[in-house]
Amino acid sequence: MAGAKEIRTKIKSVKNTQKITRAMEKVAMSKMRKAQDRMAAARPYAEKIRRTLGHLANANLEYKHPFTVERDVKRVAYLIVSSDRGLCGGLNINAFRTTVREVKHWREKNVELDFVLVGNKAISYFKRLGGNVVATASQLGDRPHLEQLLGVIKVLTDAYRDGKVDRVYVVSNQFVNTMTQKPTAMQLLPLEPVKSEGLLEHWDYLYEPASTELLDAVLMRYVESQVYQSVIENVACEQSARMVAMKSASDNAGKIIGQLELAYNKARQANITKELAEIVGGAAAVG
Amino acid sequence: MANIHVDIVSAEGHIHSGEAQMVFAPAEMGEVGIAPRHAPLLTRLKPGTVRVKSPEGDELEFFVGGGILEIQPYLVTVLADTALRAKDADEAAALAAKQSAEEKLAGAKSDIDLARAQSELIEAAARLQFVQNLKKR
Repeated sequence: MAGAKEIRTKIKSVKNTQKITRAMEKVAMSKMRKAQDRMAAARPYAEKIRRTLGHLANANLEYKHPFTVERDVKRVAYLIVSSDRGLCGGLNINAFRTTVREVKHWREKNVELDFVLVGNKAISYFKRLGGNVVATASQLGDRPHLEQLLGVIKVLTDAYRDGKVDRVYVVSNQFVNTMTQKPTAMQLLPLEPVKSEGLLEHWDYLYEPASTELLDAVLMRYVESQVYQSVIENVACEQSARMVAMKSASDNAGKIIGQLELAYNKARQANITKELAEIVGGAAAVG
Repeated sequence: MANIHVDIVSAEGHIHSGEAQMVFAPAEMGEVGIAPRHAPLLTRLKPGTVRVKSPEGDELEFFVGGGILEIQPYLVTVLADTALRAKDADEAAALAAKQSAEEKLAGAKSDIDLARAQSELIEAAARLQFVQNLKKR
């Protein structure tokens, strides 16, 4: 009989795995809550800067910033946000799939592509696939800070300003709810015009220093806050995806343990039956 | 006396929001005091303290590491930076990001192999499907 002992060791090892996945699930759950709080904390800034931009759109009519001007598309840059670690279900794969679809679309139009990567998973994916990667950032941890992203943002905005790329997209996961994350490609540059709040009278700000410089500063901050938001949103997605993946892994381990226990009991029973038969047979031979 | 509404926010969190009699902020061209019905003004902030005098007469102080100040007649918005920002620091960060790309992707191919990307994705998707089926069973 396939040794009862072997089955027992197997059960033990599956149980250990289950302990790990269950612990990871709990950790991901608490991290997800924190990540969601951070996501909410970043929202006021985005709202306020949007409001300021709305005012600006109303006031500053004679000067057009390059960030707001549409150009013919010859080269496109993609900022791809991924997680640093795996074991989070299809999160990264889904984002990459969205990217590949977009890449295909641009390739058909003979548009060149640049990539900027955030997170280890994107880096290793593009290492295997190739592609013109111009900048990366990784090891952002569970609480990414804006400073860690400034480098890649600067690379993107500089390339856009110098006319090296004509459009910039951000691919990241959108947090719909705990169970659902939606990979999306969002246009970062040129900026979509922010609607002004319908102030009809014509007025203008006093600017200190020059208006062009200030508009530039506000738009840069706006771009930064957009990127920062997609990164922290992606962290929340990562944690919730990991939670779900680990929960299903724990459930599966439970099922496997059930099956193995059944097999173990059968083996044990077979052994007992065999021994009984031997004893009875032995007794019959003596008597 | 009318009050002025103040919002102080940074990219990583909400800092303060409320009414005030008077707001003092370290603008780039010198400290400004903002009373209600101030003319619309947009300026950059230096690192320093934003002081908010509340309607009760208390004074609240907030440190900002620079940022942008927007003034509307009854609304002050401080968009604070989370870090001290200097132009050369930004340049250095950009350079670091570029370098890390070169280091991490050394030996990578220069062009995306679409067919391979798709086959890998299909494989990964199949694996996912498998896991999901397992889950359902």
